[in-house]
Amino acid sequence: MTVAPKREDYDVVVIGAGPAGLTAAATSAESGLSTLLLDENIGPGGQVFRAISSTPVTEHSQLGADYWVGADLVKTLRASTAEVIHRATVWSLDRNLDIAVSIGGASAFVKAQRVILATGALERPFPIPDWTLPGVMTAGAAQTMLKSSALVPDGRTVIAGQGPLLWLLAAQILRLGGRIDRILDTTERGNYFAALPHAFAFLTSPYFAKGLSMMREVKAKVQVVSGVTELAASGDGQLASVSYVAGGKRETIPVDLLLLHQGVVPNVNLAMAAGVDHRWDDLQLCWSPVLDASGNSSVAGIAIAGDGAGIGGANAAVVRGRIAARAAMEALAPAAAAKLPTMATLRADLAKAERGRVFIDTLFRPAPQFRIPVGDTIVCRCEEVTAKDVLDAVAIGATGPNQLKAYRRTGMGPCQGRLCGLTVTELMAQARGKTPQEIGYYRLRAPVKPITLAELAAVPKTEADIKAVVRG
Amino acid sequence: MFKRSEQDKRPPVQIFVDGVAVAARQGDTVSAALLASSRDVRRSTAVSGAPRLPYCMMGVCFDCLVTIDGVGNRQGCLVPVAEGMQIEIQKGKREIGK
Repeated sequence: MTVAPKREDYDVVVIGAGPAGLTAAATSAESGLSTLLLDENIGPGGQVFRAISSTPVTEHSQLGADYWVGADLVKTLRASTAEVIHRATVWSLDRNLDIAVSIGGASAFVKAQRVILATGALERPFPIPDWTLPGVMTAGAAQTMLKSSALVPDGRTVIAGQGPLLWLLAAQILRLGGRIDRILDTTERGNYFAALPHAFAFLTSPYFAKGLSMMREVKAKVQVVSGVTELAASGDGQLASVSYVAGGKRETIPVDLLLLHQGVVPNVNLAMAAGVDHRWDDLQLCWSPVLDASGNSSVAGIAIAGDGAGIGGANAAVVRGRIAARAAMEALAPAAAAKLPTMATLRADLAKAERGRVFIDTLFRPAPQFRIPVGDTIVCRCEEVTAKDVLDAVAIGATGPNQLKAYRRTGMGPCQGRLCGLTVTELMAQARGKTPQEIGYYRLRAPVKPITLAELAAVPKTEADIKAVVRG
Repeated sequence: MFKRSEQDKRPPVQIFVDGVAVAARQGDTVSAALLASSRDVRRSTAVSGAPRLPYCMMGVCFDCLVTIDGVGNRQGCLVPVAEGMQIEIQKGKREIGK
């Protein structure tokens, strides 16, 4: 079922099988480059096309036409010569383009001429009081279960937050016969005015009509509370209620399931561990890799495509995948590259796919109180560190996220900062009167996902490797 | 918390959760099968013993950690169910040798 890579060297290794990775791998393989696609999930699709080859949701209209686009990408990939391995967790990538990947409990090592990282996005942390309670999940989690197992919320369900995914998920849950009791919209009123100057591009983008019809569909069936300025979960070992403030009025409602969402941010762990330079994006409020117009990063040979390059959505991810593959071809097989659309054409396609994005980013920019928690609210879910703990550490001298590890172990649990990193950066920046860029981020290192010591110990060793660590 | 849609026609797969047979479907991840089982499948954390359930379902939060066929701290949301699979809900720290 799980097989190791067939070769030790590839022209191109693509990591992640979402829209960018599927496109990059297919394009690269079709042009004759030896191509390996490594993906952590059970099947292709990434998050947006999750379970595209296996979903039990057979009514196509329920998931929507934008979802089924993924089936064509998979078809193109499968028609190509790209080698594809799923359930393959890349745990190391370095400046020499050496890749370590865990497959079925054993590690394999491959070397690439070019690496295209298509590791996508994850949902922005949403640190409200008691967000660690069983019964609180991300909206994306519910959507994953809906797509891959046709599971829908059954008990009293509240969806809270903002952004396009929230409305898409709500529509999908309703179409599949699931239950939603209330939607709590946390979009800041001021964002509507801030977004106005960017409205023209949005109004003339495909997002507009789709978004409007989805919101209408949902609002016809679910009570939507807008202008929510405070939000808290509570319960004793299990979610029991959600309380919120809207228009200055507090309300508490009993609930079994709370789905949180306030947008997505690049999944930076592998890129940062490989030494790729990132910078703080003040609009998207996250770290984004520093890339040139072809997706090339600060590390020679590593390109980044898709939402991992900065959030752009699925259509942009497909084009970015194509651009990164073309750049690989220009470097490795210039004659084959000539057969592809020119970079100028691809960049025009990308500009079209990204149309309306600034409006969305501005409108759905999460409010400070939902990004920077206070008091006993947990910041680091793994090590169970609160906002107050972080501020106390700052008060006695912790200067940034890496010093904070020594004080509180934040970011040192199994998730390696994925669920707390942005919060810690912004919280410390606020406490110290600095910018997030000045405060910085956790220094990430391999293994970027936990592997067992037994797996490491089983890695083939040379005499020199042994001599380097054995005494006497 | 979750129910299965009627259109789901995937073949059943039987797994065992702390020794008790649980009906899953082919293609479910361990975490999805646990959440669909209506059993109490809360793990407790290694740090404080607080109860948790899966949070992200996409491999980044590690709140779905579970012992699968004797191997501890697996991410249940990334592992597909298989016939006869033995699942143990983790209480506290994982044990040495697991």
